[in-house]
Amino acid sequence: MLLQFERRDTPSKSLIFATPFIAITITILLSSIMLLIQGKSLQTTFFSFFIEPFESTYALSEVFLKFGPLLFIAQALAIGFRAKVWNIGAEGQMIMGAILASSIPVYFIDSESVFLLPTMIFLGAIGGMFWAGIAAFLKTRYNANEILVTLMLSSIALQILYYLLLGPWKDPMGFNFPQTVMFQDAALFPPIIFGFRLNYSLIIPIIFTIFVWIYMEKRFGGFQLTVGGLAPRAATYAGYSANGAVWKSLLIAGMAAGIAGMSEVAGPIGQLQRSVTSGYGYSAIIVAYLGALHPIGIVFAAFFLSVIHIGGDYALVTADLPISSVHIFQGLLLVTYLSSYTLVNYRFKPRKAKVKEVESNLT
Amino acid sequence: MNGVQQPLLTLSKLTKIYGSLLANDSINLEVFPGSIHAVLGENGAGKSTLMKLAYGSIQPDAGQILWKDKKIDYWNTAVARDLGIGMVFQHFSLFETLSVVENIALTIQGPKKDLIDRIRMIGADYQLEIDPTAMVNSLSIGQRQRVEIIRCLMQDLKLLILDEPTSVLPPQHVQALFDALRKLQKDGVAILYISHKLEEIRELCDVATILRDGKVTGKVDPNKTSAQELATLMIGRTIPKIERRKSDNKSKNPTLNITNLNIKNPDPFGADLKDLSISVFGGEIVGIAGVSGNGQQELGRIISGEDIKGDLEPSAIEMFDQSVTRKGVIERRDLGFAFVPEERLGRGAVPSMTLSQNSLLTAFKKGMLKNGFIQGDVVTKFTNKCIKEFSVKASGNGATANSLSGGNLQKFLVGRELLLEPKLLFLSQPTWGVDVGSANEIRQKLISLRDNGVGILIISEELEELFEITDRMYVLRSGRMSNSMNTSEVTPDAIGEYMIGEEREGANNAIAV
Amino acid sequence: MMPLEFFLAGTMSAATVFLLAALGELVAEKSGMLNLGVEGMMAISAAVGFVVTYQTGSHIIGFMVAGVAGIGVSMVFALVSITFLANQVATGLAVGILGLGFSALIGKKHESLTLTAPDTIHIPFLSDIPLVGPVLFQQNIVVYLTIVIAILISFCLNKTRLGLAIRACGENPKAAAALSYSVVKIRYGAVAFGGLMAGFAGAYASTIYTPLWADGMIAGRGWIAVALVVFGTWKTGRIIVGAYLFGMVSLGELVVQSFGVAVPSQLLSAMPFIVTIVVLAIISSDRARLRLHAPYSLGETYDGSEPQ
Repeated sequence: MLLQFERRDTPSKSLIFATPFIAITITILLSSIMLLIQGKSLQTTFFSFFIEPFESTYALSEVFLKFGPLLFIAQALAIGFRAKVWNIGAEGQMIMGAILASSIPVYFIDSESVFLLPTMIFLGAIGGMFWAGIAAFLKTRYNANEILVTLMLSSIALQILYYLLLGPWKDPMGFNFPQTVMFQDAALFPPIIFGFRLNYSLIIPIIFTIFVWIYMEKRFGGFQLTVGGLAPRAATYAGYSANGAVWKSLLIAGMAAGIAGMSEVAGPIGQLQRSVTSGYGYSAIIVAYLGALHPIGIVFAAFFLSVIHIGGDYALVTADLPISSVHIFQGLLLVTYLSSYTLVNYRFKPRKAKVKEVESNLT
Repeated sequence: MNGVQQPLLTLSKLTKIYGSLLANDSINLEVFPGSIHAVLGENGAGKSTLMKLAYGSIQPDAGQILWKDKKIDYWNTAVARDLGIGMVFQHFSLFETLSVVENIALTIQGPKKDLIDRIRMIGADYQLEIDPTAMVNSLSIGQRQRVEIIRCLMQDLKLLILDEPTSVLPPQHVQALFDALRKLQKDGVAILYISHKLEEIRELCDVATILRDGKVTGKVDPNKTSAQELATLMIGRTIPKIERRKSDNKSKNPTLNITNLNIKNPDPFGADLKDLSISVFGGEIVGIAGVSGNGQQELGRIISGEDIKGDLEPSAIEMFDQSVTRKGVIERRDLGFAFVPEERLGRGAVPSMTLSQNSLLTAFKKGMLKNGFIQGDVVTKFTNKCIKEFSVKASGNGATANSLSGGNLQKFLVGRELLLEPKLLFLSQPTWGVDVGSANEIRQKLISLRDNGVGILIISEELEELFEITDRMYVLRSGRMSNSMNTSEVTPDAIGEYMIGEEREGANNAIAV
Repeated sequence: MMPLEFFLAGTMSAATVFLLAALGELVAEKSGMLNLGVEGMMAISAAVGFVVTYQTGSHIIGFMVAGVAGIGVSMVFALVSITFLANQVATGLAVGILGLGFSALIGKKHESLTLTAPDTIHIPFLSDIPLVGPVLFQQNIVVYLTIVIAILISFCLNKTRLGLAIRACGENPKAAAALSYSVVKIRYGAVAFGGLMAGFAGAYASTIYTPLWADGMIAGRGWIAVALVVFGTWKTGRIIVGAYLFGMVSLGELVVQSFGVAVPSQLLSAMPFIVTIVVLAIISSDRARLRLHAPYSLGETYDGSEPQ
């Protein structure tokens, strides 16, 4: 092997900051190469992705609209990832939160009560927590791998969504489309600027971010989760509950995803329909990592990725770029980030002498 | 050995640096055929590093390796093996879910049937019998060592390297190993024997190279050198003898009482505990002897509370006259229990976290939390106190646990637990891998703790250590605990016999407490 | 064919998608590598396989190129997790996302086109046995080849030196390295094989099983393949049984329709995932068995540091 890494004595703090930027740079480079191969204009594409989102107030508001759920879910997922609890099913938890929250306007379409929104928030949280809780239960009680369970649950949640949208919750006036009625105003978050889709639900993830930061930096609970992720045997030795860590991680994530899902249906979408998640559950994973699993880093990463997503929407029109390019960009970001992160703990050390390998043993 | 003979292996000015640590500093060493050459040094002296260099597991930063006076440019384990060097590792490199012959097949060519025959033949020849079809996970430690040795013998062996081979053997089996090694010696094989046990080296080896702090401090004939001189070359200064009076502070009631513990291990590779009883009173040091793999790990986890079995009697495990069978780790600590595990990095401490954070790990009830918020200044004060009082050599409370040497980290961990002011302290392998100086300090601290009325329980594979500081001893074998024995009334040989299960009639005069 | 025979024969074909991917993942995991990017590898190979088969008219070429695509994606996983020492779980997910993204790009222009699947092969005499005959011996060639590959894998892992070396890497890479085995090379190879098989699985899904391509067509089958390796406790025989079980479940709709029971189609679509969760819980709760059969170092990064 050409590349050889040697463990550092102490991890490099400066590189922890630098790696997201290294990843972004390499990703942009690779993407540019791919664009050139496809014969697309680099200039137009860069313009769509990095300039257009800032050109108008409306565009910026759309960026922040995306920013909210990404920030919310990523913060919660990061807590779990640091504890090595792999919640991949945030999509499903979002769906269940959206479903439960939507039950209110669907069944009480004429209500104008001021309690509508708070109830929906509450139900959104419950829905997500319940769904994530299933995975926590199966992991703590049956040792079932949470990666697979949360994923399977996402697929199941999608089917539940389809069933409701094509069945009991279908809007009778909706031309047979799989969607519910449009929600009444009292069941929607008020917009921040009239006419824009950006609404006051943005407050929730911002407050949540502050809580997450306090929790992970200052609270013993956050410390315990971190220990559990770094050295599970030490956590057991210290008496920290491994099961408790699983439940905490999944329930927090479920709550965040559930409320995020609720914010979508009580916000820009305004009803329950099939595309309620917009892939946030998976994008949030990338945001979490790009932010180095740190509450502050995630703020920046979420903003960056929001810009990319909105830029992608513009690029669809302006630069004739398929929407999958955003997914590819995301995937590349994560891959390059994970690769560069090695430098934090390891030093690059090229091989000195060629070594004779033992192929003869394999006959 | 006449001086005209050509050395088999020559290590010339071999140097290895790990970060800022000079593990091996320009080491010179020659091994001749038919010689049993000891490499003597305390923990941390650089013996293991030197052996890995000799075997090719790691590459030197400077220096050369010569085989039969010929310089070898590329040196790795494959080259070493081709030349006829075999190594028996301290922590065996066997695969648990493979059988003995499958393990051997990984390095030795030939159809399986032939390998099985050869294994049986060599086993009979050297009295190292082993069943070739047995799964490694069913073998005892001593048996696994045999597999490692046989594997080396199955190649065209010219030089055998053994790294601390007797640390896992009961005293009686040590002789069997020595017999096998002497037979090898007669066959002209050279042996590199790494150890820190002076008496063994004087008994077995004809030449000894002594390492201290990465340098060679002497090359002597151990038969013509006194144990005192060897110790001085090894340690470089005199270690104060442990001061101990007989324990006169024993408490009336036991601090720890385990009665008839029966546990079936869910891990197929682990040991069961059978009908196990043990007690520890305040003001005494109790030791549990035994070769590893007989249930020490399982017992340790039951005592600490890391494993809680719901189907046990409430009275099965009691601390301070209270049932703790269902109580978790933190509850037991609240009662006055503290514990230092054998695994420092990854269990006793989080390797990448600072000493301050590692203090918080178990000492969080010492004023470090207020309403769930971490009080950084209290943590810092505690950590600094621990570093100072227990002579921990570290760059400060911000040093990461994995930057400390084994001995210093152990001192920190023992210190941390002692600062919890426990009334019952449990330590597993308290001085494993710890340099002599630190080990001595730790043992001294334990004695003074005992004098203050604390009950101390030690599980150790080092019989010498147990005889040095304990008041009473038990022996753990195959998950069963012997009766209690007063240390002053029993000999290492007798304990050894318990360890391998050959109890003489008359030796069964163990005193029940 | 009678409806039951039709159903069972379809099961074999459906199972082949799962089985190919699961067998590949088995080999990778035996060497210690947990590759969660199977879904993405299958997705990209489905797209590549379809496009190439459509353009060249040859299934064989389509499979080959799809296999290469699978290997290519798996090499990204290997590079990042083996050489760059990144966490295997995160890397697998990243690679999977990448694969899914690329599959949409590659397949876009071929959406909703169809191919003709290759003919089934009727094995003489055997295929005339009532019931069993049509089910087992009138399948397309890939179904037969998959069984052959399964047998070969089992033989290789358990009886050959190469298999021994692979298992050693998965059990204790440090010890394997101490014995001069190149853990890195063996793991790269095992991961590549996993990629190849995932490539075949994807190609089979889009060119033979349902000979068309659509975005998201893999629909979680890659994940079920990963789960299958756990169900089968890393044993080839059990994985085959599991694959057929899932083949059956995925055809559940047919069964239900033939019985005339009114079950919402979404419940049937959710069935494979529900079954996966249930079986996973049952198997995983037997921790002793898992310890016995799961490669001990599965998912752990090996950074070549010497044994302490």
